[in-house]
Amino acid sequence: MFHKFANPARFQRLSKAVEPWVLAAAVLTLLPGLYFALFSSPVDYQQGHTVRIMYIHVPSAWMALFCYTVMAVASAVALIWKHPLADVGAKSIAPLGAAFTFLALITGSLWGKPMWGTWWVWDARLTSMLVLFFLYLGYISLRGAFDDPARGARSAAILALVGFVNVPIIKFSVDWWNTLHQPASVIRMDGPTIHPDMLLPLILMAVAFKLLFVWLVLLKMRAELMAQRVRVLRHRQAAA
Amino acid sequence: MMGAVAVFRREMRLALRQGADSAMVVAFFVIAVVLFPLGIGPEPNTLAKIGPGVVWVAALMAAMLSMERLFQADYEDGSLELLTLAPMPLEITVLAKIAVHWLTTGLPLIVVSPLLAVMMNVPADGWPVLIASLALGTPILSLLGAVGAALVLGARRGGVLLSLLILPLAVPVLIFGAGAVDAALTGGNAKVNLLLEGAMLLGCLALCPWAAAAAVREAVA
Repeated sequence: MFHKFANPARFQRLSKAVEPWVLAAAVLTLLPGLYFALFSSPVDYQQGHTVRIMYIHVPSAWMALFCYTVMAVASAVALIWKHPLADVGAKSIAPLGAAFTFLALITGSLWGKPMWGTWWVWDARLTSMLVLFFLYLGYISLRGAFDDPARGARSAAILALVGFVNVPIIKFSVDWWNTLHQPASVIRMDGPTIHPDMLLPLILMAVAFKLLFVWLVLLKMRAELMAQRVRVLRHRQAAA
Repeated sequence: MMGAVAVFRREMRLALRQGADSAMVVAFFVIAVVLFPLGIGPEPNTLAKIGPGVVWVAALMAAMLSMERLFQADYEDGSLELLTLAPMPLEITVLAKIAVHWLTTGLPLIVVSPLLAVMMNVPADGWPVLIASLALGTPILSLLGAVGAALVLGARRGGVLLSLLILPLAVPVLIFGAGAVDAALTGGNAKVNLLLEGAMLLGCLALCPWAAAAAVREAVA
């Protein structure tokens, strides 16, 4: 089953068929999610309307960690089983993960100015997210730094695995250190402490972000496979 | 074991015969620290406050500077390939190279650090902790740097790339290293920071040789 889907041609057929449905599902969750988040959710008694930034910020931050985790798993699969699609997947995820991390940092900064009175503080969660952003950039640069793409792919995969130590540090940074960033309020052992009226739009947005991510990754992977084929054809043409 | 000793002796001899490398790292370290009083102003209290952090950042930069040559020369003349083919585990070879790297670059940094602490007006109470934190921290930099140096073998602009890859990972070392000295000076608990640094050192010691060896194998494959 694992090997059945390793075939790039089969993957391309499958993903082409699945993509429109994923996109439709993403739009169908994103639109109500945005409506609830921006118009029809309660105003926070302390934060006022600024709380609405949270509906973008939190899903982006979750996606930033999720992307890195998927990228690290895909890198491990690519390194161990030489799975060609896993490598294409890791390559396609990296820029998306960097974008989500950037979005989380920017929205957090925009929220921090009115709430904390500052754009940026050097607390554990913010610093470790910034480090995650640099890890994504390092991964992307390392991949591009070699003349032989296969060598870049393997080196970058090792880097992705080494950098994975940062993910649990980010997740638990707010529990381990006493910081300005508030601790987790949704994913915790004793159930969410966030109000249900805010939880619904948040979950809608999180699902929408995830679907959007799946759609973008499939699209990017298909494009990447085509680019590889073009490269092979060019080589053949040059050799002939 | 014999092989590890042989690699260690070879590396040591190479490093000592071209001692310029170690001297350059130390010179960079000193100059980088000296720039701060010139740039910020010689106000003693300000210097004392930023001193431990500046010494640590400069040590980090100096370590990065020397990192690239860890595998580069062996990679270029082909001896890295022979070391990979040798019957002893590549992880041991890598560990021996890292040990030599630390002895020839990390150790000199520790030796000159009290001098810089004096120049930065850091109170005498902070010196032992600064030395202890550097003693625990610089081996981590060598271990992490070895992973980076192996990953960028044969890459374009490897030196800059190496810093981009390793500096983010070295952030915790910097935080706890400089934090320990700060804690000692402000009456906090320096021991906690040093213990965390020690834990990181043990973790890196266990994991980094594997990652670096895997990267070397990819480079010579």
